[in-house]
Amino acid sequence: MVLIRELAAQGAQMMLVLLLAPLLTGLIRKVKARLLRRRGPPLIQPYRDLIRLMRKEAVLAVNASWLFRAVPYLVFAATWVAAALVPTFATDLLFSWSADLIAIIALLGSARFFLALAGMDVGTSFGGIGSSREAMIASLAEPAMIMIIFVLALIAGSTQLSIIAEFMLSLAAGLRVSLGLALIALILVAIAENSRIPVDNPATHLELTMVHEAMVLEYSGRHLALIELAASLKLLLYVSLIGCVFVPWGLAPMDSGWNAYVVGVLAYLAKLLCFGVALAIFETSIAKMRVFRVPAFLGAALMLGLLGALLRFVSGSL
Amino acid sequence: MHGLAFDIAHLLAGGLVLVSLMMLYQDRLPALINVFALHAILLAASVTWQANIQHEPYLYVTAMIALGFKGFVIPIALRRMIVRLGIHREIETVVGIGPTMLAGIALVALAMVVMLRVTEQADPLAREDLAFALSVLLLGLLMMVTRRNAVGQVLGFMSLENGLILAATGAKGMPLVVEISVAFSVLIAFIVIGIFLFRIRERFDSVDVQALDRFRGEQP
Amino acid sequence: MALGISLWCAAALLALGVLAVVLAGQRPATAVIYTASLFLTLGFLANAILHLIANAAPETTILPLGLPWVGAHFRLDALAAVFLIVVNLGAAGASLYGLGYGQHEISPSRVLPFYPVFLAGMNLVVLADDAFSFLLSWEFMSLSSWALVMAHHRLPENRHAGFVYILMASFGTLALLLAFGLLSGPDGNYAFDAIRSVSQAQGAWPVLILVLIGAGSKAGLVPLHVWLPLAHPAAPSHVSALMSGVMTKVAVYAFVRIIFDLGGTPDWWWGLIVLSIGGGTAVMGVLYALMERDLKRVLAYSTIENVGIVFVGLGLSMAFQANALPDAAALAFTAALFHAFNHTLFKSLLFFGAGAVSTATGERNMEHLGGLIHRMPVTSIAVLVGCVAISALPPLNGFASEWLTFQAILLSPELPQWGLKIMVPANGALLALAAALAAACFIRLFGVSFLGRPRTRLAEQAHEIDFWSRTAMAIFAILCLLVGALPGFVIDALAPVVQELTGSHMPSQTIIDWFSIVPIAASRSSYNGLLVLLFIALSAGLTAYLVHLVASKSVRRSAPWDCGFPDPSPITQYSADSFAQPIRRVFGTIVFRVRESVTIPPPGSLGVARFHVELRDLVWDSLYAPISGAVNAAAERLNVLQFLTIRRYLTLVFLALVTLLLVLAIWS
Repeated sequence: MVLIRELAAQGAQMMLVLLLAPLLTGLIRKVKARLLRRRGPPLIQPYRDLIRLMRKEAVLAVNASWLFRAVPYLVFAATWVAAALVPTFATDLLFSWSADLIAIIALLGSARFFLALAGMDVGTSFGGIGSSREAMIASLAEPAMIMIIFVLALIAGSTQLSIIAEFMLSLAAGLRVSLGLALIALILVAIAENSRIPVDNPATHLELTMVHEAMVLEYSGRHLALIELAASLKLLLYVSLIGCVFVPWGLAPMDSGWNAYVVGVLAYLAKLLCFGVALAIFETSIAKMRVFRVPAFLGAALMLGLLGALLRFVSGSL
Repeated sequence: MHGLAFDIAHLLAGGLVLVSLMMLYQDRLPALINVFALHAILLAASVTWQANIQHEPYLYVTAMIALGFKGFVIPIALRRMIVRLGIHREIETVVGIGPTMLAGIALVALAMVVMLRVTEQADPLAREDLAFALSVLLLGLLMMVTRRNAVGQVLGFMSLENGLILAATGAKGMPLVVEISVAFSVLIAFIVIGIFLFRIRERFDSVDVQALDRFRGEQP
Repeated sequence: MALGISLWCAAALLALGVLAVVLAGQRPATAVIYTASLFLTLGFLANAILHLIANAAPETTILPLGLPWVGAHFRLDALAAVFLIVVNLGAAGASLYGLGYGQHEISPSRVLPFYPVFLAGMNLVVLADDAFSFLLSWEFMSLSSWALVMAHHRLPENRHAGFVYILMASFGTLALLLAFGLLSGPDGNYAFDAIRSVSQAQGAWPVLILVLIGAGSKAGLVPLHVWLPLAHPAAPSHVSALMSGVMTKVAVYAFVRIIFDLGGTPDWWWGLIVLSIGGGTAVMGVLYALMERDLKRVLAYSTIENVGIVFVGLGLSMAFQANALPDAAALAFTAALFHAFNHTLFKSLLFFGAGAVSTATGERNMEHLGGLIHRMPVTSIAVLVGCVAISALPPLNGFASEWLTFQAILLSPELPQWGLKIMVPANGALLALAAALAAACFIRLFGVSFLGRPRTRLAEQAHEIDFWSRTAMAIFAILCLLVGALPGFVIDALAPVVQELTGSHMPSQTIIDWFSIVPIAASRSSYNGLLVLLFIALSAGLTAYLVHLVASKSVRRSAPWDCGFPDPSPITQYSADSFAQPIRRVFGTIVFRVRESVTIPPPGSLGVARFHVELRDLVWDSLYAPISGAVNAAAERLNVLQFLTIRRYLTLVFLALVTLLLVLAIWS
């Protein structure tokens, strides 16, 4: 009985993240439009876009290889598996012991590796721009993320995300300086990894300002739909991560019943709403940085993560 | 562990270190002045909290002085001055941001090691606050060293002084904090005014206000 | 028994070298030598695996060779068995690869005699149990690999590479000799058993420095790494795979044997030094790799990076041991050995791929390649697996060992010393930085060489290579996948060694459900490579199936979009230098003093625009250039001695004699 319930919870989580990801993207676009005094596309527009793209024929360049065709599925699968392992409404997930936070971030790194290869595949200069800039951003964002993971693991005593979420839910952590530093660093890294302003503009049409969009410039049809869905899933993953670690209230703790799950889902939806609106306001109020200021931005995140880890090493109560 | 009060004190002190690092990150003067105002506000909050948990009412006065003087008066005055002197577009730093931040982190690590080693037997709350205060001090010194412009150096000095005030309030039983704060603030005011007087004289060869009016064409 | 078999295999390999000289120039020589090497190394491998699995007691033997009053001691214990497995797995792969690759060798009689001797030398180093046979085998290994580096000696860069290599190798051997001298104590007994029983004084830090110089220069630690990117690419590809994948591991073995086995308990600051050198080496290695265009040089620098990661694990283990934390020491040590094993697998695979590319196209410069994924399908899949593995991405093996290293770092707050408290998180950040940069490096390598459009006619006309080479690459790719999915087996296989050297071992992994690995406790962290692999495969497959079923599955081919202005010239696509430019700008301005300058002709002029990048190797400029300058200057001055008159020479002899008599007079 317990197994059935846990399996159902894990399955529900997987479907929930898949269904909510485009909604989050739609919400952010709508709020940004409203802030700019436009009406904006309807909230369900991303779903319509995905369905439309899925039905279309995929146009491939003549020299696109099998890797180009396989990458969308690999990227989507890796992102979905990672997103399924981040607690959204319940802290314990049936398969959380199979991949801890380091593995989740490394799965996202795999997705990025293959996407960058796809950018290089067709042999155009724009794909190269996207891949090389993405490689530069990743070379600083990943170490920053690893330092954040160190801080969390040193506080909670584990790298398992379910256990970290339980620990934060039990408020045993208190208000620590290193947690504050980790939160700021995580927000900076999340902005960079999800290609949001100020690092990258997800809505730009100017190729020289693109990073993520330039890598997927040659994709169309169902391939593009999968990649866009994977990008939305990644944003949802980061929002869920910030939510389950730093705003854990509402998460159903271990071995709780169906009521707690319902409360968890409602709390999760509320968190998504708040984070979506906050991100939209942040993106509207700030301009995109030059590409070569991004290393300073991410370098600051890395330094904050390093400082947080240092404080944990140096003193038990910081 | 120690409880919410200590955690908030640490959080505010850590926030002060964070804002010092943010000051190192800025490379333009207006942004730097804004971040310095934030630094002063955070210092005021930290001193207020210390006043609360130590039950020392005169620390509230220190917080008021810090907030009023360094959080509002000096930043506003500086902003006006730099626009008038036309230096509000200069780029400030000597070395790039990357090496400066690395040096900043190394200094924080050094401060933590020194403070936590030297004060093994002291009260845990005070130790860690002192460690943060030493970090703020060293970061203020680093700022003074890596800025080209006098205004940047003065802001570094003021942030260094904020670190001293943090140290003074963190270690309980430090008398005359209010008086020292006022004295320091007056000293800073004189330094800032002095710098600008020298600057004006250098520019116009005179600090005579009537001479300046003649330059503006308001008098024959 | 097992030791006897091993020694007979080694002797057979040496005999094979002689046979190669006899058969020189004959057509079947290549096939005979490589097939025989393959079988001998497989025999070695099987023998070592059986010894390790059976957890047999160490065997020793003394052969009546070498110095008359010492003899040659050999020993097969758990540590030797593990490294025999590493060496012979790589060697078997290289021999299999060589069966195909060796057919394209221009001067086989310069390669074939030295190849089995190289293999024998490496195996004998691992088996040696006294300083004399150790150093003798070490020199066999160095000299035969030098001969292999000089195989194509008509190219000046190969001659330069050989020169630098022999200098650094001799210097390293001297350092090891001095280290053994210090270890053997006042009695001067060089047998390892005797050294173990002599209790090492606490102040034995010169041994650490000498071993770091000796073994570290062979492994490729910065700043003693300069020979590696010159020598590894100069040798034929299967030998490069051996040098990078296997010989560096023999150097790691030397370090482990001397410091962990013979040296006794280390001090905590030894761990700090090793850890810091490892972290610095990792980052420097991968930054160098990102600046290079030659495929093999990129791989050689990447070897330096991975050796850095291994030494971070070893340094952590030393620090834990010094603080009497055996479980944590076991974890760190297992992580280091596991990473060394993984590196052999994927680095050999990548060098085989580089060899395949250079055979198929004649080019090693990435900027002249491109589009090979269409022409060389099997090679490109194998190299892709190697690139994913070396970038430490789940679910392959590189991630499993990096994950273990990170878990070891997360145990480090228990270390009380302040220096460690500061340096361990700093090196953790360096390790994470190196991993991220490695991923960038291999996106660049695969993307520029295999993807895109062919940049030259040679790349357009590439063809897939022969069966043996493909088989060798496929076997290693499958091994990378298997070890990544089932890392618990390797960890348990390493347990006897770890127990012997650190006093504890990781909890048994094969008994854990579902093939997970749990390094410390289930409540702390766990990872399951097999499940992650299955999840990804299932999700991808299911998605592909559903999308093709429900949505469209039609595909149309057309010209690339390229924003509406596709350029037919393949020069406009990103080159290797272009890909690295953002990273070069961020990191290179400090580390390599990169200066970029652009000269653009005035409007209306038909001249070309030039883009000029200048990099400086600071390690060479600050360490090696002054030394070689000083040596040259001294040699210039001493050259005078070549041209003296007979009277002057007689004067020198007379003065020497008088000086010796004076010394005798004063000191007797």
